[in-house]
Amino acid sequence: MSKNVLEVKNLKMYYFTNKGVVKAVDDLSFTLKKGEVLGLAGESGCGKSSLGFTLMGMPTPPGKIVDGSIKIDGREVVGLPEDVLRKEVRWQKISMIFQGAMNALNPVYTVGYQMIEPLVYLKGMERDDALDRAQKYLELVGLPGDIVYRYPHELSGGMKQRVIIATALLLEPDVVIADEPTTALDVVVQAQIINLMKKLKKELGLSMIFITHDLSILAEISDRVAIMYAGKLVEIGDSEKIYYEPAHPYTQKLLAAIPRLHEDVERLEFIPGQPPNLINPPKGCRFHPRCPYAMQVCKEQIPELKEVDKDHYAACWLL
Amino acid sequence: MAEPVLKVENLKKYFPIKRGLVSSLKGEPQRFVRAVDGITFEVGKQEVFALVGESGCGKSTTGKLIVKLLQPTEGSIYLEGNDVTNVRTREEVLAYRRKVQIIFQDPFSSMNPRFRVFDILEEPLLIHGIGETRAEREELIYKALEMVKITPPEDYVGRFPHMLSGGQRQRVAIARALILDPTFIVADEPVSMLDVSIRAEVLELMKELKEKMGVTYLYITHDMSTARYFADWMAVMYLGRIVEMGPAKRVIDNPLHPYTRALLAAVPEPKPERRNIIKELPIRGEVPNAANIPPGCRFHPRCIFAQKGLCDVEHPKLVEYEHNHWAECHLVGKY
Repeated sequence: MSKNVLEVKNLKMYYFTNKGVVKAVDDLSFTLKKGEVLGLAGESGCGKSSLGFTLMGMPTPPGKIVDGSIKIDGREVVGLPEDVLRKEVRWQKISMIFQGAMNALNPVYTVGYQMIEPLVYLKGMERDDALDRAQKYLELVGLPGDIVYRYPHELSGGMKQRVIIATALLLEPDVVIADEPTTALDVVVQAQIINLMKKLKKELGLSMIFITHDLSILAEISDRVAIMYAGKLVEIGDSEKIYYEPAHPYTQKLLAAIPRLHEDVERLEFIPGQPPNLINPPKGCRFHPRCPYAMQVCKEQIPELKEVDKDHYAACWLL
Repeated sequence: MAEPVLKVENLKKYFPIKRGLVSSLKGEPQRFVRAVDGITFEVGKQEVFALVGESGCGKSTTGKLIVKLLQPTEGSIYLEGNDVTNVRTREEVLAYRRKVQIIFQDPFSSMNPRFRVFDILEEPLLIHGIGETRAEREELIYKALEMVKITPPEDYVGRFPHMLSGGQRQRVAIARALILDPTFIVADEPVSMLDVSIRAEVLELMKELKEKMGVTYLYITHDMSTARYFADWMAVMYLGRIVEMGPAKRVIDNPLHPYTRALLAAVPEPKPERRNIIKELPIRGEVPNAANIPPGCRFHPRCIFAQKGLCDVEHPKLVEYEHNHWAECHLVGKY
């Protein structure tokens, strides 16, 4: 059994806004093993991207980590001062592939210039060595090395996304967080990027958290899947279990809402209503107002994650 | 196919590329982006016709040409048998838009944020002079909202767009298109901005309205799976041309054109057991610039079956290979 590269325990990250406290990440616990891809899915506003930024140690203001622990390769990072985080953790231990490659690159610098920044400032490498290394990683993601001398506007969307992926891998981090890495891309390019990530996973043994709202994409790459709803984890387990034996009604409904390419579906299901406001989430199970099976207890008490099967957990009173 | 409501013949839209002073003095010829380059199709009554393709293939331009937001460079558009290609004056366009409406991708930017739901729905009525008194218009607005299941309507008419959820906003956009009782609706990526859980709700609603009100749709999308679910017919576009066209299920289950195959192979499916397999994508390179369309078959530089001396020289014709199933490729059945 491989070891855990990431251990998250009772993590809480709240946004302190004028209107009240938004409980975007509320008491989350999970682990990530070495060489594993954990898929994280949920509707917009469920806190999945907030979680990604929190793990990077940079919750978007006015967000703050309220409680809990994040251990990367055994080291506790919650509470570390900002300069230590910047010098020792971020990009070196944990890195992120951002959503929307179009906007993640600075248009006025060459690709190489922005890629080597962390190598020069964090590792104290010489510029030429750093450029060599950047070229090596660009080749790894299927781009010609001389792209380092090009500007972002000279690249297509798919190429930019590859640059972002190469940048995230440059310092050989233990954990990579991919936040909707294919969202703005066309289907063919999207499939190419997914193929690339599969290849990197195999060759480099990447440990990755893959965040997306699209369960079809998630199935293409995840070994395990976690489903989030309204700031909470409602189900987590091996991909086969989640896709073929979903335990939580929310997961079941989400899967029934996906149109299939090669099957005829008479009627697609949908989930009536909308996700709750996280300033004032419903009492009890947060899904109960939209759940077709809600019982009295669901309205009163918060269900804990329970083991349904080996390594398969769900938080629901029906179980 | 049922009696066609909409017929498009050899439709073209070329956008001129701005020339610099130097190149115009040198007498270089005007260049064009050939966004839509000669497409022909028909949509039968109460049917859904899907236009599928990657960004830049001309599918949205086609939608805009049909609702007269753009004037075609060449070709004709017929609505219920009448030639509407040259509909230009204000009166003509108004009369035309009562019959043909559009739903945009992003309901947030297609609605005035300072209008309440009531104003959003009243605007088309005022423009078209429908309902003499406010009470009459109010009745129509309530009816439209009920139709799209925004109930009770009196709770919603006073709200601003930001006070609605994504699904509700898109349903208001549908109500705005429906309030004029159109015969034809162009739906340009109506669900691609919505969460999966409500995407189905909006598609179901559009399906229901098709049956109840006899609406015919042009469904513009990049998503093959929703096209299979929602559409009766499907046309795949590549660089301004329709490269394959036929019954939606047939096109997906038995694609004739190599490009359609590549698109289908790229669609992710919720089947985790295949996660460690690196998918074969039968396509190479990237979409070329629409200002620089390759000679011969415009797909040949990316096609893995392309034959030298044929595909790079001769433009293939759109041929009916099966009953109602067309493709524009030299090599159908030969690759």
